[in-house]
Amino acid sequence: MAAERCAVVGVGQTRHRSARKDVSMAGLVREAAVEALEDAGMTWSDIDALVVGKAPDMFEGIAMPELYLADALGAVGKPMIRVHTAGSVGGSTAIVAAKLVEAGVHERVLTVAFEKQSESNATWGLSVPMPFAPPLVAGAGGYFAPLIRAYISRSGAPRHIGHLVAVKDRRAALRNPKAHLHLPDIDLKMVEESFLLWDPLRYLDTCPSSDGAMAMVLGSERVADASAGPVAWVHGMALRSEPTMFAGRDQINPQAGRDCAQDLYRQAGITDPRRDFDCAEVYVPFSWYEPMWLENLGFCELGEGWKLTEAGATGPDGDIPWNMSGGVLSSNPIGASGMVRFGEAAQQVRRRAGDYQVELKTGKALGHAYGGGSQFFSMWVVGSDKPQ
Amino acid sequence: MAEPLVADHVLEYPGGYTRSVGPVIGRFLTSLRDGRIEGVRLADGRVLVPPTEYDPLTSNPVGDDWVAVGPRGVVQSWTWVERPRPGKHGLDRPFAFALIRPDGADTAMVHVVDAGSADVMSVGMRVMPRWRAARVGSITDIEAWVPLADGEEPQPAPANTAEVEGDTVNGIVVPIRLEYRRSAGVATTRYLLGLKEHKILGERAPSSQEVYAASRGTDPKTGEPTSIVVEVQDRGTITTFCVVNIPGLSPLAPEVPYVSAQILLDGANNTFFGLIRGVPVDDVRMGMRVQAVWADELVADHTSIKWWEPLDEPDASYDSYKGYL
Amino acid sequence: MRDVAVISFAASAVERDDLQNEVEMLTPVIHEAVGNSGIERTEIGFTCSGSLDYMQGGPFAFVLGLDAVGAWPPIRESHVEADAAWALYEAWVAIQIGEVDSALVYGFGKSSSSDIYEVMSMQYDPYYMLPLWPSMIDVAALQARDYMESSGRTERDFAEVASRSLGNAKSTPYAISARDASVEELLGAPMVNDPLRAHDIFKPCDGAAAVVLAAGDLARSVCARPAWIRGIDHRIEPHALGVRDLSISVSTKDAAQRAGAGKDKIDVAELHAQFSSEELILRDAIGVNGNTRVNPSGGALAANPIMAAGLIRIGEVAKRITAGEADRGLAHATSGPCMQQNLVCVLEGE
Repeated sequence: MAAERCAVVGVGQTRHRSARKDVSMAGLVREAAVEALEDAGMTWSDIDALVVGKAPDMFEGIAMPELYLADALGAVGKPMIRVHTAGSVGGSTAIVAAKLVEAGVHERVLTVAFEKQSESNATWGLSVPMPFAPPLVAGAGGYFAPLIRAYISRSGAPRHIGHLVAVKDRRAALRNPKAHLHLPDIDLKMVEESFLLWDPLRYLDTCPSSDGAMAMVLGSERVADASAGPVAWVHGMALRSEPTMFAGRDQINPQAGRDCAQDLYRQAGITDPRRDFDCAEVYVPFSWYEPMWLENLGFCELGEGWKLTEAGATGPDGDIPWNMSGGVLSSNPIGASGMVRFGEAAQQVRRRAGDYQVELKTGKALGHAYGGGSQFFSMWVVGSDKPQ
Repeated sequence: MAEPLVADHVLEYPGGYTRSVGPVIGRFLTSLRDGRIEGVRLADGRVLVPPTEYDPLTSNPVGDDWVAVGPRGVVQSWTWVERPRPGKHGLDRPFAFALIRPDGADTAMVHVVDAGSADVMSVGMRVMPRWRAARVGSITDIEAWVPLADGEEPQPAPANTAEVEGDTVNGIVVPIRLEYRRSAGVATTRYLLGLKEHKILGERAPSSQEVYAASRGTDPKTGEPTSIVVEVQDRGTITTFCVVNIPGLSPLAPEVPYVSAQILLDGANNTFFGLIRGVPVDDVRMGMRVQAVWADELVADHTSIKWWEPLDEPDASYDSYKGYL
Repeated sequence: MRDVAVISFAASAVERDDLQNEVEMLTPVIHEAVGNSGIERTEIGFTCSGSLDYMQGGPFAFVLGLDAVGAWPPIRESHVEADAAWALYEAWVAIQIGEVDSALVYGFGKSSSSDIYEVMSMQYDPYYMLPLWPSMIDVAALQARDYMESSGRTERDFAEVASRSLGNAKSTPYAISARDASVEELLGAPMVNDPLRAHDIFKPCDGAAAVVLAAGDLARSVCARPAWIRGIDHRIEPHALGVRDLSISVSTKDAAQRAGAGKDKIDVAELHAQFSSEELILRDAIGVNGNTRVNPSGGALAANPIMAAGLIRIGEVAKRITAGEADRGLAHATSGPCMQQNLVCVLEGE
């Protein structure tokens, strides 16, 4: 469908930590951007345009910080676009950047997503009490925990499934030096004994709050063909949104997520995602969202997601590994988290995933992000081979 | 329609933003704390003040060639601020904002000139910093720039009276307080005024006929305005819930543990969040029937419904609410 | 490049809307733009919006905006934290790919909710600028004086811009500042931020705007005279004011050239000048001559609903092309302190 082909030709990301006190905001985004440029064998002047994404500006207390960051990111004299689509923003930002290439507007686009949550506090930033809005008495987990309960009830999943994901993703993070959480002793017992925050969610079922940034250089076919290193070709990308609340909304298995995946699979020629992907990096901020998204994304039948998790299918040695990098459960700079998923998927098909590299068979990987009240979705498929 | 509801709203992160500044901004702020102004030399020889970690035109990293600049400076442009903003501006009398290029620098910085009168201000005028005695490593360590007469020698910064932490400045704290006045909007005003009358109002979507309790004014599926107001019951079914064990999530939160639930009201086609009380948390179930507990004194606010308590009714069947999960 | 046109436009602005919230303010504007487009809501291929969380003082302003759209079945949708002119750019790119043939673009914001001149200070460099709290007007005044120094223009030139804009605004239904005012009368008013007087500064207002874009044959089938986007480009300058030459707008000049502004005559130009001084800087950058009607709507001095006002410039030019009043026009949108970032869109009739 796309007018031009597009590939990821460079990837960079920061060390994610709860507080990166050693850098300024510009220093944080430059750490990721410079690494991506070096990976692509480029300098600032090679870049045609920039696309920057992040979640609410209240986190850092700057409105449209990309304006300030223009000088830091080599944007002077170039087009720069700022994307904000809630938690899905890291993914949508990459998609906006890739569209600039697919549309034939630019050949080399630098895209960066970041969050420096330690400048304030994410819980505060996400739930600034607004006059006349229904009070958020139970916080962010209070929104998602009831949906998880509903999923458990609807699917009949045993109560420990979420904890299995919590352990799996933290173990994966031990192979990823850039991950925020490194918990060498993580096991089921540790998760089960962690504080029960929002029953059924325990502390270790939830994601951390991180400072971090992710960057990618996207190139045209000409640029990708000339690239010295491996590239990840974009085989498809899709966005879908639905309203926060409406009569008959399925909040556990949102239609927007299903439609987004179907659109994506059509573009990328995916008929059986479990077979056709080598792996997936999926936005799982609460452990139970792994089985929920397994179903939503069509990796199994409805109600069967937890069985894949329980059988270890999504583990590093399973038939369809999910979140080999440790996922959102191990690093969560909110605005960047989606792009980390997209970029980690790219690194896998480039065979650049270091100690958490999966074996490539089909050479295709899924990157996924979602946000808001499970209402904003962005996804892409990247592959080792050039799309037909 | 009654007067629309409006309310004051303050956006302020408690304690101020904690900004880590990195090595270059950190060095500049450290020099301000010491009563000096420093710039950094760029690859093309220009001296950048205030400095950044990168050349603002090329984004290449700056080197380590630091240059003392000022303290004399020249005004490149200015404007006069007749009414200082309390809590924002450092001076409580009229002053100028100006672009000031310190001697030895090739770029200008935005800062304050305490000139007394706009008549004193001109492009090209010579200025010098007036340092604060207590300097913490902030751009405001220069309280203001002041006119410098011909032949006048700038005063050196007085000895720092502030308690200094560490050799270098690693971070700053920036308080930000913004004041707003927010409108509830037509539909929310209708709903909140209904609560004051002990009524939960919903609005009917024109094409689907579905009823939205606490409507935000449109049918979210079509974007069509909802304006047919209907009363829904103050009783309903818990579709799903969680038990909250974290204290202090909100000033309105009761003692932990408590239950936060999605409730499908009788006569409505959407759920909304409510607290469940009057029942041990372990006894709360999906499908449980509940009734609103109203405040003694009703006001046009969500707090008019205090919480929800179980009804002595059999649980609703899963089929009756499964379409609302 | 695919031919893409503006086929429908709607806008609203009032000085202060205490009655409606943002979504209620936005809803009729979207409905008008979609209703007049000849394309069914559910047939629109892509939706993109622009808004700013700091205008409402809380996160996720754009989320409830979806309630006005009717995002069901689920839609392809994105959002820029910027003026909706940049949302239009993103939509134009999406249509180029060929996957979709139409797009709804909208922007909205209420400046009356706060002291908007102060709130926009939140865009500054957080280490060196923000702690001093210069307002949006303060920095515009610094730029205005810099421009006077280098160009020899005077406060009278600013007043002439204001006088013409306020007069033109009389025919703009959503204008909040519209009146006949002579230059002499305007110059008799006191300074607000020397060298700027009240007439040189936009008045805060609440408002929204929406545009529907369509490609090629679809545009021709629903619109008698589509306003074709012949060129669109945007560029950014350094953020640090002391690094820039504030008396010129190099990013506007660059964007205008890349959008092909100079290839032919420009009948009408809508420039997003929030301060009268900015119009002069923009005219210089674009190279507007006496044959071009500048800001026939009154421009942002007539109504500047922030986050929609740049999109309105595109809509106003398109409206005149569709009405047959102009064959070729230029629209400009700006973003950031002292016009840091600028977008130029060249539109033509057939």
